[in-house]
This record gives sequence, structure tokens and C-alpha cells, in this order.
Amino acid sequence: MIALEGWWPYLLIAVAGWLATDIWRWLGVIAGNRLKEGSEALYWVRAVATALVMAVTAKLIVFPTGTLEQTPMWLRIGAASIGFAAFLLLGQRVLVGVAVSILLLTAGLLFIGF
Amino acid sequence: MCPALFTKHSGHHFLTCAQQVVIHESVTMSAEVNQGTHALWFAKGMKGIFSLPAMILMASFIGFSAFALESGFTREQAVFMTFTVWALPAKMILIGSMLGGANLAACFLAVTLSSVRMMPMVASIVPDLKTSRTPTWLLLFLSHFVAITAWVFTTQNINSVPRPFRVSWFAGFAITLTLVNTLIVAVSFGIVASFPPLVAGVLFFMTPVYFVASIWASATHSVVKVAFIIGLIAGPLFAMIEPEFDIIYAGLGGGTLAYFIDRWWFRRKIQSQHGEIEP
Repeated sequence: MIALEGWWPYLLIAVAGWLATDIWRWLGVIAGNRLKEGSEALYWVRAVATALVMAVTAKLIVFPTGTLEQTPMWLRIGAASIGFAAFLLLGQRVLVGVAVSILLLTAGLLFIGF
Repeated sequence: MCPALFTKHSGHHFLTCAQQVVIHESVTMSAEVNQGTHALWFAKGMKGIFSLPAMILMASFIGFSAFALESGFTREQAVFMTFTVWALPAKMILIGSMLGGANLAACFLAVTLSSVRMMPMVASIVPDLKTSRTPTWLLLFLSHFVAITAWVFTTQNINSVPRPFRVSWFAGFAITLTLVNTLIVAVSFGIVASFPPLVAGVLFFMTPVYFVASIWASATHSVVKVAFIIGLIAGPLFAMIEPEFDIIYAGLGGGTLAYFIDRWWFRRKIQSQHGEIEP
């Protein structure tokens, strides 16, 4: 593990975090400035953006880092899937999807004595 | 457009083209006056901090504070990281790489590869946000505040904001969201140490399940739903097959596949249905 003292961690965060993410944001502005509303290129960009975001989201559920890493995978996938099913069945209300998923995860974790 | 209009209705029309232009411009100008000021729309954007997505993100950032503390970071480092990196998944990967002992180049590569999504995310909202007069430097500055929550909130609400004020509205929402969450990390850093792991875990789980429901709900075009399903499956799948470039394959490959499926299958179906309805 890298020592988290002095100015070094700040430099690391600035280069490997700040610059590494903002480069893509700036490129996005440059590319977006050339995209026309209703164009085929914009449809493609939307498709890629959505697939990328969903790939990251699915990984946060299936292969998370941090505290969730120690929870059972079946419980996380089950809670998220049933929550999404409830969201679809009950009039596509976002709050329903979030509440059902969270309650199922909490209940499951309490049940297994996490 | 004007001369064509004029000749088409020339029999009934008594306005000259120039007069029409004047009327059109004054209508647009009075519309801008009626729709408010930049300050008003900035404030309306700020009000978005009380929305469900903002609340869920704030809960996640309390969870992030617990994770950063547990990983051995100081309050100042966590605050600096929140404001400068902003995107939550990128921060998790950065912390993971730093804890794993990776050097600067390896950390940079890990975060860069996992943050490719920022480019199409920003690119897809820029045409909705800007007018022909919006300076590029302003968009470059505001792009820093784009992360998944701000992106979802913008795609959901941008059409109800009048075009001339969209940049102000976005700035009001996105900058407030970043600053409030930076403040939350600063304040909650001492409190979260006493959190049981169950609470921290549940807080972290809110963000992905919120994204799943809200991105589906905000999909106005079939291509978004196709890409949604492909990305959701391809993300974990490629994480097992090719963990280093998984997000690129799942996103770039999956998104392109979704585009073609939508173009050659769903849109063709919709078009043929419309064709049958019309006489």
C-alpha cells in the first residue's frame, strides 16, 4: 500500500483521478459540439453511453468494492432483480424499485447475521 | 423558409418577409423575457438537490466516507478526491488501485479505462444543453460536474427547460450537487466510523439500484432500452472474461450492437407499423 502521507497522495489523486476522468469529459464536449440533434451519430453515442453506464452499474451490484464485497452475490443480484421486477410491474415508479431492493438486501443481511 | 412560406400563401398573405422576421424575433424575445432569467433558472436547477436522485447520491456519499475512512484516507484527502474526481465509481477504482500498491501510471490507466463512459455521456447531453451562442470554455468547465446522477437527471428534465436557460439550469443543479456532496464527506467523515458494516453496505447499494430503475424510466427512445439490457449483461460477463478492458468491450461493443439492433429491428418495426396506420 502506498503511504497516504504528505503531498504524494494529492498528486496521485490529481493525476490518476482528476485528470484521468476530466480528459474524457473534455473530449465529450468537443465531440458533443459536433453532434446534431436527431442525427444517427447521436443515437449511437446515446447507445454507447447507456451501455457503458449499465456495465458499470451491473458491476457495482455483481462485483462491488468496499463493504458490499463481503455480502453474498446471490443476495445482491436477487435483491436488485426483484426490485427491478417490482418497479416494472407497479407502474415504473423509481422509488418502488429502490425501496424493494434496499429492503430485500437489508432483510437478507439481517437474516444471515451480517 | 420565409420566401417559400410567402409564395405558398401569397394569395392570403399581406405581410412582407421582413415583417414576418420582425414579428418572429419579437415573439422569441418576449418569450425569453416571460420564461425568466438565468439566475432564476440556476436557482431552479439548485432546487434539484431535493430530488430523489440527489438524496440517493447523498446517502451513497455517506457510504463513500465510511469506505474512504476504512481504507486509511484522511478527511482532507477524501474531500479533495470528492471535489476533483467527482464520479463515484472512478473514486472507488482509484482507492482500490492505491490500496493495491499500484504506481501512478497504473492508477492512471485503471481510472482512465474505467471512465471512458464520461465522453459519450457528456457528448450526448451537449446538443440538448447548448445554444449557438454557448461558449465552449463554459461547457468544458461545466463538464467537470457530469457524473451518472447529473446525466440521468439532465436527460429526464432537460426538455422542460427553455433552450436559452438550459446551461444555467444544468450549472445550478450539477455544481450544487458536487458542492453539497463534498460538504457531506467533510462533515460525515468523523461520524461514519461508528457505522455498522450493514449500514455502509446498504448505503452503497442505493446508487446502482437507483440507476437501474431511473435509466429505464427515463428512456425515451428504444435504442436506450436495448443498450440498457446489453450493458447490464455484458458488464459482469466481460468482467469475468477480460477484467482489464471489460467496461470498454461491454460499453463500446455492446452500445454499437444495441445501435444496430435498434436500427435494423426496432425502428424498422415501428416504421412499418406507422406505414400501416396511415392511409
